[in-house]
Amino acid sequence: MGEAIVVTSGKGGVGKTTTSANIGTALALLGKKVCLVDTDIGLRNLDVVMGLENRIIYDLVDVAEGRCRLNQALVKDKRFDELYMLPAAQTKDKNAVSPEQVKDIVLELKKEYEYVIIDCPAGIEQGFKNAIAGADKAIVVTTPENAAVRDADRVIGLLESSEIASPKLIVNRIRPNLVKSGDMLDIEDVIQVLNIDLIGIVPDDELVIKAANSGEPTVMNPDSRAAIAYRNIARRILGDTVPLMHLDQKKGMFSKFKKIFGIG
Amino acid sequence: MAVKSNHVTIKGIKDGLVFLLDDECEYEELLGELRYKLEHSHQNILTGPIIHVDVKLGSRRITEEQKQRMLDILKQKGNLLIRSVEFPEPEQAQVPPYKIMCGMVRSGQVLHHDGDLLFLGDVNPGGSILCTGDIYILGALRGMAHAGVDGNEDSIIAASHFAPTQLRIAEQISRPPDEWETRETSMEFAFLQNGAMQIDKISNIVRLRPDFNVFKGV
Repeated sequence: MGEAIVVTSGKGGVGKTTTSANIGTALALLGKKVCLVDTDIGLRNLDVVMGLENRIIYDLVDVAEGRCRLNQALVKDKRFDELYMLPAAQTKDKNAVSPEQVKDIVLELKKEYEYVIIDCPAGIEQGFKNAIAGADKAIVVTTPENAAVRDADRVIGLLESSEIASPKLIVNRIRPNLVKSGDMLDIEDVIQVLNIDLIGIVPDDELVIKAANSGEPTVMNPDSRAAIAYRNIARRILGDTVPLMHLDQKKGMFSKFKKIFGIG
Repeated sequence: MAVKSNHVTIKGIKDGLVFLLDDECEYEELLGELRYKLEHSHQNILTGPIIHVDVKLGSRRITEEQKQRMLDILKQKGNLLIRSVEFPEPEQAQVPPYKIMCGMVRSGQVLHHDGDLLFLGDVNPGGSILCTGDIYILGALRGMAHAGVDGNEDSIIAASHFAPTQLRIAEQISRPPDEWETRETSMEFAFLQNGAMQIDKISNIVRLRPDFNVFKGV
């Protein structure tokens, strides 16, 4: 029996879909059998980020309403044999399925896959309830902004009052130079408020945008700092102890020179 | 309550007797002593003409059955006429002096409590804690705290880390000044003084709560 992990955040645009895609891909990279589930019915994106949009035939709602078998709706990834995706419907809305239906589908997937990664829509309404219905664990994504932290806090509260115990935190899109200058929340500040375990930090990386647009998850590109961060998170999900990455290391020789000449 | 001693005090008043019953010892012990006193030590005053008796239980709360057992003992003496039994109202019985709770009050969550509350944990921005009495937070108050929601202006709000988004006591609403950041980190509390919200260090709380036990050192 596999494990279902929901990726959620409350606020939109903090990187739930990117995180889902990259964690799923990273787990597949580590040899795990993974299925990604997009529960953002009506505003599906996961297929676009994964570059699988043109392979969709059936979707989550079709499965829920019995128009097809679960296996028919699953889209196989073009890079990995053991990575699949269950797309959301684009034509309906969040009320098209019930939490029970999603729960049944996720339960079915857990029999077949080691990890089921559920991409949750923004908000705390029906879509959120659908997404968390079948999940065993939760990952909360936030960015170091007050608004995102507020919403993450709200979502953590809702997760704690559901049956999902101790959600884990990803602080996404950190800009080390802004943190240093005091213009961005420190990771410590975020953890202090949210008071849950950190499972990873992801630096802001332009390659992520590029990757998302080309339908190739960042995690495939070993030159990307964000890719390393996502791979680390995947390893932590598997139970490995991986230290947090140092955010300001990549400056390298150039900044050292600057320091020597007193202009850094 | 260690020493076996006078849990039952009998006092004479103008028109009868008052039984003052200790409110801290075991109830069984109390009944035993009551029985003993009636049967052995106070026979001279407890025989003779009919006497009115008021029973005072202090702050002890008893059930109807416990009360009946006590009355049965008193009724063994035919001349005792029970006029009143005084004990706290049952409604008050549901409100303990203060309650201890712990956890996190997260954004969108509301913690209600009737009475005084000692909360071990944080109240995050967007979270609220509402009490009819005082609020003491051993943790960070970053959200909203409302003490004396039923209008008790004597209520206070205290927190280890005092950084609320808003404070309310009774009908008064206050928000911290925008330059709040540079405060020293000591436990503080908020109270109303002439209708205006005031903040003070926790060690000065005795000015508002003179009934608290004050540690004076040696």
